Amino acid sequence: MAELAPLLSVRGLNAWYGESHALHGVDLDVLPGETVTLLGRNGVGKTTTLRAIMGLIRKRTGTITYEGRELMRLPLHHTARRGLGFVPEERGIFATLSVDENLVLPPVVAPGGMSIEEIFTLFPNLKERRNSQGTKLSGGEQQMLAIARMLRTGVRTLLLDEPTEGLAPVIVQRIGEVLRELKARGMTILLVEQNFRFARRIADRFYLMEHGKVTAGFPVAEIEARMPLLHDVLGV
Amino acid sequence: MTMVFGIPIQAFLGQLLVGLINGSFYAMLSLGLAIIFGMLRIINFAHGAQYMLGAFVGYLLLATAGIGYWPALILVPLIVGLIGVVIERLAISRLYNLDPLYGLLFTFGLALVLEGVFRYYYGVSGRPYATPPLLSGGTNLGFMFLPNYRGWVVVASLVVCLGTWLAIEKTKFGSYLRAATENPSLVQAFGVNVPLLLTLTYGIGSGLAGLAGIMAAPVYQVSPLMGSDLIIIVFAVVVVGGMGSILGAIVTGYILGLAEGLTKVFYPEASSTVVFVIMALVLLVRPAGLFGKDA
Repeated sequence: MAELAPLLSVRGLNAWYGESHALHGVDLDVLPGETVTLLGRNGVGKTTTLRAIMGLIRKRTGTITYEGRELMRLPLHHTARRGLGFVPEERGIFATLSVDENLVLPPVVAPGGMSIEEIFTLFPNLKERRNSQGTKLSGGEQQMLAIARMLRTGVRTLLLDEPTEGLAPVIVQRIGEVLRELKARGMTILLVEQNFRFARRIADRFYLMEHGKVTAGFPVAEIEARMPLLHDVLGV
Repeated sequence: MTMVFGIPIQAFLGQLLVGLINGSFYAMLSLGLAIIFGMLRIINFAHGAQYMLGAFVGYLLLATAGIGYWPALILVPLIVGLIGVVIERLAISRLYNLDPLYGLLFTFGLALVLEGVFRYYYGVSGRPYATPPLLSGGTNLGFMFLPNYRGWVVVASLVVCLGTWLAIEKTKFGSYLRAATENPSLVQAFGVNVPLLLTLTYGIGSGLAGLAGIMAAPVYQVSPLMGSDLIIIVFAVVVVGGMGSILGAIVTGYILGLAEGLTKVFYPEASSTVVFVIMALVLLVRPAGLFGKDA
């Protein structure tokens, strides 16, 4: 069986918050076009993994390669320019910027991003509220905006941190549709998600994290066989 | 003679004009301070020295190279801004991850060094800087006599303040500044070169101080201490307006200038303290300042 080279590859990733050692050698791969979900209880290092890959946590060791090139030594603002888009857990919508300004804030890093028109087709709510202050949007709309603003930039990979957290079921469903649409367009997605039912509908593969390490990895096809383990570790 | 509240109207309007002139400089200086504080989280104690530097660069351009007021109006902000860029790259950029006290100490020390150097070479007495011929003389407005240069200062400072405010509120560069003020690391994670943005911000803030300095040269005299006389009041303006609020800094600058002028008319003894009395009152009622967000 011919193996695809991973688009994103993480080996032996350690990370620290000050003195606190948060990641203890994370290994993971994401193939081009794949949607991979990190599962795990609160505090096992899922968010830290995403932030360390983006370079938002600077105290880190190990290797992170993207398209075969090392990311570790890059200054923070060069990670995005390699083609990685970040949607943070707290969404990071700017209060002093309008919806429109929030949308066009991240610089275009590669050709092939969506036009504003395409983005508004995908997120009609944002078009109606384009002149509102960013943080006046509802939680669901802010999440849509946090995803939407990365789509203009031409990034090929999205790192999404708990996009469904605290949102109503109908909004969660809408975000699921959007992620499937992005996947159909070839976007690679690394997702951190507590909502297991949401994750199992969109992910191709899962990694299970415990105590700052990846302890299991399996494709969606094996999910039924893995349920006892997931039940043990996640309580689902 | 026409009287206002028992004061001759000429004296009243005259002091109001002096207040407006002072307010113009307060506004321009506190604007730069507010921009720098918002982005860099550094309280730029060197701001008064940079204003003094602006006046001296203008004076030296004229004295040594014969470059007059109008070209100096462009050259001085560029030179002082460039010096600011160098200072940020060499020193201030190394202080961001430390306690804010280090930034304060560094810029305070820098102000002392700059003032000391100019005092060593030029003494403490002021040097006159001639009003540009185009703006010499005055205009009789009927109710009062307005020196043309002072009218120019008021108009020019309004244009500078409004222009800066619009650039921050309405342009793409301004949206980077506003976003980076809220969450610098996320903006940098989007691919924006935030360290460069910080350098430019300090350069722009210093340049604004330099511009105020060259504009002040014909009004006040060019002296090594002109900045330290002014900067304490300007800090009060920033506190009253609300730390980091751009609009607050501008509006409060003019208001406090006028308040000072009015106090000179009605109770001259208090004119040098009124700004601080207002500051104390505002802090009692709204600790985040008039335009501050966390009140």
